[in-house]
Formats: sequence, C-alpha cells, structure tokens
Amino acid sequence: MTISIPSITLSNIGPLLTLTVAGLLLLLMDALTPKGKKGYFPYLSLIALVIAAVQTTMLWNRSGTDFARMIYVDNFAFFFYLIFLLATGLTILISIKYLEDYHRNLEEYYTLLIFATIGMMLMAAGGHLILIFLGLEILSIAIYILAGLFREDVKSNEAALKYLILGAFSSAFLLFGMAMLYGATGSLFLDDLAQAIKAGVGTNPLLLFGMGLLIVGFGFKVSSVPFHMWTPDVYEGAPTSVTAFMSVGTKAAAFAALVRIFFLVFPEIKMEWNMLLWGLAVATMTLGNVVAIAQTNIKRMLAYSSIAHAGYLLVALVAANQLGAISFLYYLVAYTLMNLGAFAIVILVARKKDDYINIYDYCGLGFQYPALAAAMSVFMFALAGIPPTAGFVGKFYVFSAAVEAGYIWLAIIGVMNSLISVFYYLRITVLMYMRPAEADLGPVTMTPAISSAVLVTAAGVLAIGVFPGPLYELALNSVKIFVGL
Amino acid sequence: MQVLFLILAAVALISGVLVVIQVNPVRSALYLILNFFTVAGIYLLAHAEFIAAIQVIVYAGAIMVLFLFVIMLLNLRQPEEGGEKQHLAQKISGAALAGVTALLVIYTCTRINLGPAKEMVPGFGSTEAVARSLFTDYLLPFEVTSVLLLVALIGAVILARARLD
Repeated sequence: MTISIPSITLSNIGPLLTLTVAGLLLLLMDALTPKGKKGYFPYLSLIALVIAAVQTTMLWNRSGTDFARMIYVDNFAFFFYLIFLLATGLTILISIKYLEDYHRNLEEYYTLLIFATIGMMLMAAGGHLILIFLGLEILSIAIYILAGLFREDVKSNEAALKYLILGAFSSAFLLFGMAMLYGATGSLFLDDLAQAIKAGVGTNPLLLFGMGLLIVGFGFKVSSVPFHMWTPDVYEGAPTSVTAFMSVGTKAAAFAALVRIFFLVFPEIKMEWNMLLWGLAVATMTLGNVVAIAQTNIKRMLAYSSIAHAGYLLVALVAANQLGAISFLYYLVAYTLMNLGAFAIVILVARKKDDYINIYDYCGLGFQYPALAAAMSVFMFALAGIPPTAGFVGKFYVFSAAVEAGYIWLAIIGVMNSLISVFYYLRITVLMYMRPAEADLGPVTMTPAISSAVLVTAAGVLAIGVFPGPLYELALNSVKIFVGL
Repeated sequence: MQVLFLILAAVALISGVLVVIQVNPVRSALYLILNFFTVAGIYLLAHAEFIAAIQVIVYAGAIMVLFLFVIMLLNLRQPEEGGEKQHLAQKISGAALAGVTALLVIYTCTRINLGPAKEMVPGFGSTEAVARSLFTDYLLPFEVTSVLLLVALIGAVILARARLD
C-alpha cells in the first residue's frame, strides 16, 4: 500500500517547532543539571521565545494554509503569535523572584509556560476545529497544573480543582458544539464550514445549536458573564504569576479562536448571533465593573476587572466591522501590557509570600517608592482608559467601531462602564499618594528581571498610547485575511 | 440497526447517570465499564471497527483496571449517612437544567432534516484507513496530541512527587 503524504513546509510552523524543542530541551537539561545550578533556566526560555518571535516576523505576509489545510499561515495568526510570546516573556520575567520567594523555582514551570504558549498559538492558527480543541486542551491542562503549583496552600488547591472541573465541563460544551456543527455541515474545516453556510445551511437549527454551544465553551475561557463564576476564586488562589499569565494568555487565545470562527465561518448569519453577544457584552462589562468596586483584595479586584475587559472585547466582536477587528487586536496588545504590568506591581508590593494583597497595603506607597507608585498609576490609568495611555486609545477604537456598526446604545453602556471603572482603579492611585502608610510593611526588593518587566510594560502602555499609528497599521494588515474587512 | 442503536444509547445514558449518582466508588467504576462497552457498540454500528476495539482495549480494559486499583488502594471510607440532604437544592436545579437542555436538544432534532448519509468509502473504519488519515491529513493534530500527553505527564509528576526541598 502507498501513502501519499501531503506536501509540508516546516518553516510555516517554525515558531511552534522552536518552542517544542525548547520545552523538551529544558526538561532534559533539568534532569542532567545538578541542583542549585538551574538559575539560568528562565533566561533560556526567554531566548527560545525571542527566537520564535524572530521566526514569526520572518514569516510575516505569508498566506494560505499548510498540513492539509489544518493550520492557517496568515498575518492574523502571526499577530497573535507575537501577543502570546510577549505575554509569556513578561510572565517569565515577573515569575523568577516570586517563585524563589516561595522556594518553588521549578524548572518544569517554564516548560509548562512554553507548552501553554504552543497551545495558544494552535488556537490562533488552527484551521480545523479538532486542532483548535487540542490547542485549548494543551493550554488548559498546563494552567490547571500551574494553578495548583503551591501544593501546601489550600487556596491554590481550590483554584486548581475548581478550574479543572469547570474547565472540563466547558470543554465538553465546546466539543458538543463542534459535533453539532459537523452534523450540520459534514466537515470540521473552518473553510468548509464557511462554504456550507454560504451555500445555505444558515438557518439549520443544528448549526445554530452548535454555534450556541461554542459561545458557551469559549465564553467560559474568556470569563464572560454568565460563565465567569470561577474567575475570582481561581485568580485569587493561583500563584500571582500564574494569575497574570491566565488573565492575559487564556483570554487572548480563546478570543483569537472565537474571532477567527465568527469572522470566517459565521458572518453570513450575523443576524443570529449579534444580539446574543450584545447581551453577553453588556452583562459582562456591567457585572465585572460593579462587583469590582466592592473588592478589597487586589487579586480579586483585578479578576473582576479582567471580566469587565472581556466585555469590552466582546463589544468589538459584536461590531464585526473592520474597525472592530482592528480595535480587537489593538485592545488585546494594550490589555496584555497593562494587566501584566499591574500584576508585576502586585507581586512586588506583596513582598515575600503574598502577605500584602489588600488594597489598603498600597497606602503611602507614593512616598516610599515613587517610581513603583508612578508605574502602578500608569497601569491603573490605562486600565481605566484615561489618555494618553494605550487603554484610552483601545477603548476609543472599540466604541467607535460599535458606533460605526450602528450599536449606539452598546457604545453608551460601554462608556458608562468605563466611568464606573475609573472609581476602583483610581482608588489605588489615591491610596498610594494621599494616604500615609498604615504600618511599616518592610522593604520592597526589586530584581533586574521584574524591574525590566515593569519598565517594558509601562513604556509600552505609554508608547502605543501616544503613537497608536504603527500598531494600528499592523492590525489592519492582519485582519485583511477576513473577507469583507 | 435502529433498534440496536436505541437500546445501546439507552443503556449508555442510564449507566452514565448511575456513574455520577452512585455513592460507592467501586460501583461507579463498574457502571463506567458498562458505559464504555455500550459506546464501543455504538462505534461498531457506525462501522468504526478499529475505534470500537481500541475503546474496549484501552478504556474498558487498561484504564478501568487502573481506576479500580487506585480506588482499592486508597481504601475509601463509606460516606456517613445523612449527607444526602445537603445537596438537595443543587440536585434539583441540576436535574431541572439537564431537563431543559434535553428538551432543547429534542426540539432541535425534530426540526432538522438530515440529508442522506455520505457514500461509505470502501475500507472505512479499518485499521488501515485510520492509520492512513492519521499520517496524511491529520498528521499535525496527531503530533500535537503528543505534546498534549507530555504536558499531562509533566503535570502528574509535579503534582504527585514527594515534598520538595
């Protein structure tokens, strides 16, 4: 018997291969390196990420599919590759000191982060629902483990178990939805699905049912209301560096898959889904922002804030026009920078062993550590959407996209939500500068790695806020792959 | 064929529910074996002989033996009486939600006209056909699965290994 293997260009999945090799190499070196000499592992992972980023930029402007149409090779995927690599790199920088404080500087931690990045990339580039699902599972399993990394800590255990059980449940919804789509169209390739819907199975109840289940499955991963219940508990219990990674990485990856599916497969039946997502967006923004006001634990506050930001991103998805898609990509970059920056400060202020994560522990920080407080203020201003930060430009694009698409009320509700969010973000700034410290909490120890992470994120938030042009062009370049945008 | 499918599906569903509601873990595991066998039967009806065989060998055989070993090694205590009523509200709302979902699925199924099934390719479902698609069209997902398994493996080692430092 003969098997004709389809033609394959390995360089098309170059970044994925680099990361896989790096992950395996780290595991091997872990076994061969004597104890106490493993301090360079995180930097090795960073080098692998940089190589993958360089490979991605070299692939830029390629288009098409590879591996028998399994994976997309296009700028949309590459844009997300870069977001993921940036998020993972920053996470590694803020993890080193944190894990050392806990005596948990495990080499497997970095391997798992790298494998999670591979999963995210597959979700952004997958051209077949099975591949998207596999990517999601790689990402999720890695994060279930990372969330439970502090085995002696009850909260960390709770976070891992909660996320595992609910995550498995949501994966089942997702798979069930994919099965329904297969039943309706007879294929799991995104291209074929799009073709079949164009050819007129759009009103098939089976298809709509499948689409609804996909929204449930991905809605869980991006923590949109009403699938957000797990978010505060998991974000609070997981190690802070893992929380930072989850809040940015999982969300970006699930949104990447969601946007590709909705813009590529379902634009023909937009009427069926835009009102549904409209409702989800409004509920997500409002609940996230209103409940965040009541939080005094900064990790829980940032958890609700991340729910609210998922709502803003859903607004861009509802708009479903060119500006919507661009604003979506822009907002994700901005969110990655400002959220990871905020978590870096949370790790620093917590000092050793997470003792100080109440918002009142930030009192007087502005006098003791002016630079730290200034950076935190930048992130809080950005998350609230105040110019001249990236958060403002992102929200401006998102809401203009909604207005352009005719969703005036959605934009109004979104702006009102931003106003609510100003209260709880700026409360941190007020506490830092206008209240004296309540007690001496001990010195904040800065290390070069985490300082550079703070510096990069703060500078990035301001840079793309003042000069949004280049990033806008890049995003425009990436969304051109969708027909009609 | 249709009758056979309905019987198998009914047994699969009932045993699935029993897995969840049994208090004794050994009984749950035994019902799970029954569930795996009925699902294998459904695969056979769909002409997927290879998958059916794998289902029996891997799931009903290997994995279940491991399950039972673990359950017996852990030597779980019998749960105390009276713990039943605690989760009554959850049970009722869960059942209600499942009922609503079932109605939705049934409603959807009555409203669709499934087209004629695709012509079956000769050799469909055989080991050879599965292997062929794994190494041609599904090459990338096949390789990606190995990464997935590796991640799970690393996780098991991290979470289960002896206390550190």
